[in-house]
Amino acid sequence: VCMTNCPTLIVMVGLPARGKTYISKKLTRYLNWIGVPTKEFNVGQYRRDLVKKYKSFEFFLPDNEEGLKIRKQCALAALNDVRQYLSEENGHVAVFDATNTTRERRETIYKFGEENGYKTFFVESVCVDPEVIAANIVQVKLGSPDYVDCSNDEATEDFMKRIECYKNSYETLDESLDKDLSYIKIMDVGRSYLVNRVMDHIQSRIVYYLMNIHVTPRSIYLCRHGESELNLKGRIGGDPGLSVRGKEFAKSLAQFINEQNIKDLKVWTSQMKRTIQTAEALGVPYEQWKVLNEIDAGVCEEMTYEEIQENYPLEFALRDQDKYRYRYPKGESYEDLVQRLEPVIMELERQENVLVICHQAVMRCLLAYFLDKPAEQLPYLKCPLHTVLKLTPVAYGCKVESIFLNVEAVNTHRDKPENVDISRPPEDALLTVPAHQ
Amino acid sequence: AWASYMTNSPTLIVMIGLPARGKTYVSKKLTRYLNWIGAPAKVFNLGVYRREAVKSYKSYDFFRHDNKEAMEIRKRCALVALEDVKAYLLEECGQIAVRLPWLYIGVIHSCPGDFDSLKHASLPSLQVFFVESVCDDPEVIAANILEVKVSSPDYPERNRENVMDDFLKRIECYKVTYQPLDPDAYDKDLSFIKVINVGQRFLVNRVQDYIQSKIVYYLMNIHVQPRTIYLCRHGESEYNLVGKIGGDSGLSPRGKQFSQALKKFIEEQEIVDLKVWTSQLKRTIQTAESLGVTYEQWKILNEIDAGVCEEMTYAEIEAKYPEEFALRDQEKYLYRYPGGESYQDLVQRLEPVIMELERQGNVLVISHQAVMRCLVAYFLDKSADELPYLRCPLHTILKLTPVAYGCKVETITLNVEAVNTHREKPSLSSSSQTPGRMRRNSFTPRASADTVKRPRHYSVGSKPLDLLGAFPSLE
Repeated sequence: VCMTNCPTLIVMVGLPARGKTYISKKLTRYLNWIGVPTKEFNVGQYRRDLVKKYKSFEFFLPDNEEGLKIRKQCALAALNDVRQYLSEENGHVAVFDATNTTRERRETIYKFGEENGYKTFFVESVCVDPEVIAANIVQVKLGSPDYVDCSNDEATEDFMKRIECYKNSYETLDESLDKDLSYIKIMDVGRSYLVNRVMDHIQSRIVYYLMNIHVTPRSIYLCRHGESELNLKGRIGGDPGLSVRGKEFAKSLAQFINEQNIKDLKVWTSQMKRTIQTAEALGVPYEQWKVLNEIDAGVCEEMTYEEIQENYPLEFALRDQDKYRYRYPKGESYEDLVQRLEPVIMELERQENVLVICHQAVMRCLLAYFLDKPAEQLPYLKCPLHTVLKLTPVAYGCKVESIFLNVEAVNTHRDKPENVDISRPPEDALLTVPAHQ
Repeated sequence: AWASYMTNSPTLIVMIGLPARGKTYVSKKLTRYLNWIGAPAKVFNLGVYRREAVKSYKSYDFFRHDNKEAMEIRKRCALVALEDVKAYLLEECGQIAVRLPWLYIGVIHSCPGDFDSLKHASLPSLQVFFVESVCDDPEVIAANILEVKVSSPDYPERNRENVMDDFLKRIECYKVTYQPLDPDAYDKDLSFIKVINVGQRFLVNRVQDYIQSKIVYYLMNIHVQPRTIYLCRHGESEYNLVGKIGGDSGLSPRGKQFSQALKKFIEEQEIVDLKVWTSQLKRTIQTAESLGVTYEQWKILNEIDAGVCEEMTYAEIEAKYPEEFALRDQEKYLYRYPGGESYQDLVQRLEPVIMELERQGNVLVISHQAVMRCLVAYFLDKSADELPYLRCPLHTILKLTPVAYGCKVETITLNVEAVNTHREKPSLSSSSQTPGRMRRNSFTPRASADTVKRPRHYSVGSKPLDLLGAFPSLE
């Protein structure tokens, strides 16, 4: 479902170390996942490409003519790429990540948007808490290419001076002066927000998303239900119970969770027997979400791949041609799944420590969101049974740990076969089907 | 359906702002929305308490801040109202369901001065969320007064000029003591949303939990621009003719006739910028095709999934699944078809449609019987008990126009005959089941156990789900 008529230009605003790049990258990842082609343009990166070696904060002094010239050049180069992305490459949203701290600069960008027929939406991050700023510097600035040859102390000192360069000319978005602009002002990492003139659906979704994310450290655990009776037989879908090994896994999972000693862990399952049975073994309260149910395979429910090839060879081939968009007759596609999982993602963003016990296709969709995997790769992500993925947000991304809980299970992963032609022989179609009873 | 992550304790929403700022409008609308998505909410309007206390309203003098007697009365009313709200939230909820104490929401609707002393009071076991409406656009205020105050019980004579005059003076009285929420200093620890100039701008402070986040999102999506929503079903389908439910059949000849009639009707209505939405099932798409305009297909507008009962007639269902058939009649809203959905599931899946309908202007939604019942229930504030029995006949359009605090409804029957697909609730005496029998777990494979999502505490009235297979102990 296309949600915008004209492209949207999101403009980040704020002093350095206020989380602009963090927000840009996260927002870009979210929008791409829900199917809105989005790209971020980090002006700092353009500067690094142009000025090969960063010397010191003096580059950013307000009276450094040379510096100003280069920085303006970079901004214009980035805007040019924005225009190419939105007007020529079918992009829907571009995120322009720079300080944009003066009204003059923002007006230039706004005019640029108007000239090209884009709707402009500003996202400002305001933060005065020195602890938050210090933490940001440690997380993302010390490891920046700018400071590769410096000690931590030198880097921190230089960066603080860099921030000072911007402070004098900083003009925050103002309720009166900027009353005709569309924007959200985020204060103190989400303590409060000021939202002005939301124009359309996509801006409303962006605002909702930004108001639900947080930066409190936490971990998200993703795993599938224990091996099920139908897994053993190589059958897809259905609502079977756990096999003997599946029950073993549930116990191992309980042990693993105990050992991890997680504070206030929330446990979510689908409303299908196999995830519920898995959660029951944990002996803790858990929530059942219907939207976490496995992808609906429609007429192919409870069939083996061999049976699907025999009964629906054309469907089987079409699925291999475009696994993300292919919808089972009377069933769902991965694309449908992403849409139905969006509230789960939103709630995962709001929550802290969560264990999600779900299913193969569902887990692939959730994983693709956290690890920023595109639609082509999503349906082929490896999510084996009896393996827990521990995701911990760090810097601009997610650290992943894969923990196999030492209980054997069948392999349910079917790779894309070489021959996806609709007239292919059955052997070619079934080449990549994993072994089963 | 809800779960414990939604909120930790009952929520008290306090509406504040000067008169004619849309507080009543917002509190009624918000309450309607919350009830529809399954979070029981109730409005406690301080104006009503005041009117009880002071039988006949004399004039704006009552609201002067130097009218000591009146101030006393108003303060007492506020306290009485607060007591009622607390009782509703803590006692009524506590009894009804240990499982769901956190769902209940009290919406206190007050005027400045009524609630100040309680603003920073500690109200243990209650999450308090303020919704403030601030408006400095005199045209908006004047329009509000005309639309809703002229017919208020405070002004039985309805003389427009007098009403306007008196009301404006009333507002002036409040202005003297009114202190808007101050996010930078005095009120920075409160949780609130400040709605400025009917949604042009919002200030959101310290959202504590999921329900507050949903409320904020909802308030940011509603608007007051005049517009009309048209709801109808697809034209009569082939399955309708033979009494089969569900499936994905095409239109019957009369159904096609209806599409043509619908096209003519839409043209006659001369609607500006009409959006047309359908489901992804053939029958709604075929109906929309005849209109010759662009339309959007929403999967979530698909008809309720009847699971194992799909494409059966009611007679066949009664014969093959007599117990399921009886259970459905007992509790049609919560009943989930084995392998399918319940009305409650449907409401949850339709929520994004409602949110988008709120954002939009003129929209025609071509959907299905169960789906349309859910949408109508939202707009006309029908309870979960009434919802599954709302009349949504084929070939009939419901035209909804928001007005004052509610919705004007016009029913337009386009003169094309169709079968009747409405099934009334049968009288209980014909059923052999014991009265008040609770929905129990269905035995067919793909059905899920609980119709109500709730945390797995073994609370009063809820048995452990040993149906799913107790774990053999390995000891």
